[in-house]
Amino acid sequence: MKNIVKALLGSAAIAMMAAPASAATLDDVKAKGHVQCGVNTGLIGFSAPDDQGNWKGLDVDFCRAVAAAIFDDPEAVEFTPLSAKDRFTALQSGEVDVLSRNTTWTISRDTALGLNFAGVTYYDGQGFMINAKKLEGINSALQLSGAAVCVQAGTTTELNLADYFKANNMEYSPVVFEKFEEVNAAYDAGRCDVYTTDQSGLYAVRLNLTNPDDHIVLPEIISKEPLGPAVRHGDDQWFDIVKWVYYALVNAEELGISQANLEEKMNSDNPEVRRLLGTEEGTKLGTDLGLTNDFAVRAIKHVGNYGEIFERNVGADSPLKISRGINALWTKGGLQYGMPIR
Amino acid sequence: MATPQSTVEGAAPRVPLFYDPRVRGIAYQVLVFAGLVALIYWIIGNTTANLQRANIASGFDFLQGRAGFDIGDSLVEYSSDSTYGRALFVGFLNTLRVAIVGIITATIIGFIIGIGRLSKNWLINRICLVYVEVFRNIPPLLVIFFWYFGVLSVLPLPRESIDLPLGSYLNSRGLYFPRFLWGEGAWLVLVGLVLGIVFTFFVRRWAHRRQMATGEQFPVFWTSVALIGGLPLLAFLLTGLPLSFEFPELSTFNLRGGIQVRPEFLALYLALSFYTAAFIAEIVRAGVLGVSHGQSEAAQALGLRSGQSMRLVIIPQALRIIIPPLTSQYLNLTKNSSLAVAIGYPDLVATGGTTLNQTGQAIEVVAIWLVVYLGLSLGTAGLMNWYNARMALVER
Repeated sequence: MKNIVKALLGSAAIAMMAAPASAATLDDVKAKGHVQCGVNTGLIGFSAPDDQGNWKGLDVDFCRAVAAAIFDDPEAVEFTPLSAKDRFTALQSGEVDVLSRNTTWTISRDTALGLNFAGVTYYDGQGFMINAKKLEGINSALQLSGAAVCVQAGTTTELNLADYFKANNMEYSPVVFEKFEEVNAAYDAGRCDVYTTDQSGLYAVRLNLTNPDDHIVLPEIISKEPLGPAVRHGDDQWFDIVKWVYYALVNAEELGISQANLEEKMNSDNPEVRRLLGTEEGTKLGTDLGLTNDFAVRAIKHVGNYGEIFERNVGADSPLKISRGINALWTKGGLQYGMPIR
Repeated sequence: MATPQSTVEGAAPRVPLFYDPRVRGIAYQVLVFAGLVALIYWIIGNTTANLQRANIASGFDFLQGRAGFDIGDSLVEYSSDSTYGRALFVGFLNTLRVAIVGIITATIIGFIIGIGRLSKNWLINRICLVYVEVFRNIPPLLVIFFWYFGVLSVLPLPRESIDLPLGSYLNSRGLYFPRFLWGEGAWLVLVGLVLGIVFTFFVRRWAHRRQMATGEQFPVFWTSVALIGGLPLLAFLLTGLPLSFEFPELSTFNLRGGIQVRPEFLALYLALSFYTAAFIAEIVRAGVLGVSHGQSEAAQALGLRSGQSMRLVIIPQALRIIIPPLTSQYLNLTKNSSLAVAIGYPDLVATGGTTLNQTGQAIEVVAIWLVVYLGLSLGTAGLMNWYNARMALVER
């Protein structure tokens, strides 16, 4: 029922929006004093509330970086937890300003759904997890024919799953839930043999299972899942802001600017550093974006560079311990590549 | 209305148009209607403009697209290659299935509990009271969760399935039955069944007439059992037992073969039936109590036994009180079936939600939901109204 209501409200909102709200999202955001950010309902490492009720995670930190760049305050952001099914309606109808909810960038979402993806904050791929104790001898996804597979509704995961089993002439029985927590509970209760979602998600889910050590993630990665923040069509300025906050964070890592050495780098002579931090004389890079010239300083000061955000939430400093892998900088063999700030 | 003639000829004072009640009435209606049209026009125009601005495609063409996702529970053939329209149809059938079997079960349980509430036996009376109070006062979503997670977590994995009689199994993946594989000539069995039912119908009519005319009774019940059970059995034996079974068997992961009833369906079906039955029980009790006491006394005076007086005198009169509120319970059950999304039963809301998410066609999908649920409810209500009209007191 709640979901019908939500969907109804969403489509009613699309129908009722009197003034084109998206014309100047930045003005709206400044007027209300915070960024409204759509996040996952509870995916450890990406967006989940901790035991004090503070939102934590990579997707959350990205929203904080946007808020910091605008308001110089990482707390000037409010989070709307969204299920996979509700997320796009929430963004389209203007309920949220940014959707930072481990959302895969695809062509149809860019076009038919009317979204603009600002970048890829995490390169992921879909994997499978099984209970190795109950299913001994299974060590490849190709042995899964006949299995019951738990999956979340309305995700690319659901579609990749169908494609993979069809391509390999295997059968399966989908057990589909709308909410992430429901999928977890059902898998933990033994309703299905296999859990499938993005691999980073599998590691996060495993931490919360009754016996995490019984479960293994199978080696196959069956899809490309570039996850990133998205905004609505129709407001180029807001799109630019979200995009360049992301690139600023990546460039900061490339240039070795971190939360710790930010003060010192403010006096740097390196022209690249000066452009990024807005210390170059007569620079208009930040104001042309509609922000202040020190927008990158503000973001880095409060949440750190891309590498710091990664390590803190999903990397070595987190319970997930995911290695940088393809999410390393391009200079280190990864795919993270900050477009030039000049 | 004040016509010019009447003012000229008659002495009646001229009423200004503004104060003429009929003119005013019409004017108000025109105003309201115009306002409504303007509102609808504004909503449609605004929606179209907003959709275009956000570059969201609209229209129902998306129903032809390839769905790409699988559905676990389907009454008709469906695969990820089917269209979105097909996916919605599968969801619709699933909604219909759980609503129909739920309504039947809820009615049966509700009648039993409702009559039980009136029993003079203290224990039966109290048990029924507890049932009603428990199920009536818990939100239906919790009842569904109870059946799903509560019962599911107790059931064993497929490898340790509970053996039930007749080659059936129960485990956390559901209830498995052997599948009937009918052989050659099996259609004769069906013919036997149909003939049995038709004959029973005529025997009943004949027996009723004879009783009205002569007062003699005829054992209709046993004759019906013999006809409906016997004719198909005879056909079955004559055609040489054309039936074999496909038993569910354990494979690597799950049981294969046979018929599987998934736990999502079971949980939703049981929860909705038990929940709605509590309300139906109270309606039945109210209906029976609503029949005046003189009726049962009169029935006793005529020498009817208590079962007969219930069946022939009380219930037919009680039904007139029961049917209208019963209709609204049926509608409630149908609408509550959309709670299925909570436990992953692929009903219309679930498959529609996935379609909405994959295609982004929020307005179209929501419109389909509204139309389908409205249609289902109006259909049920229409059927019940027809039944109600048949049961209504015929005034002579």
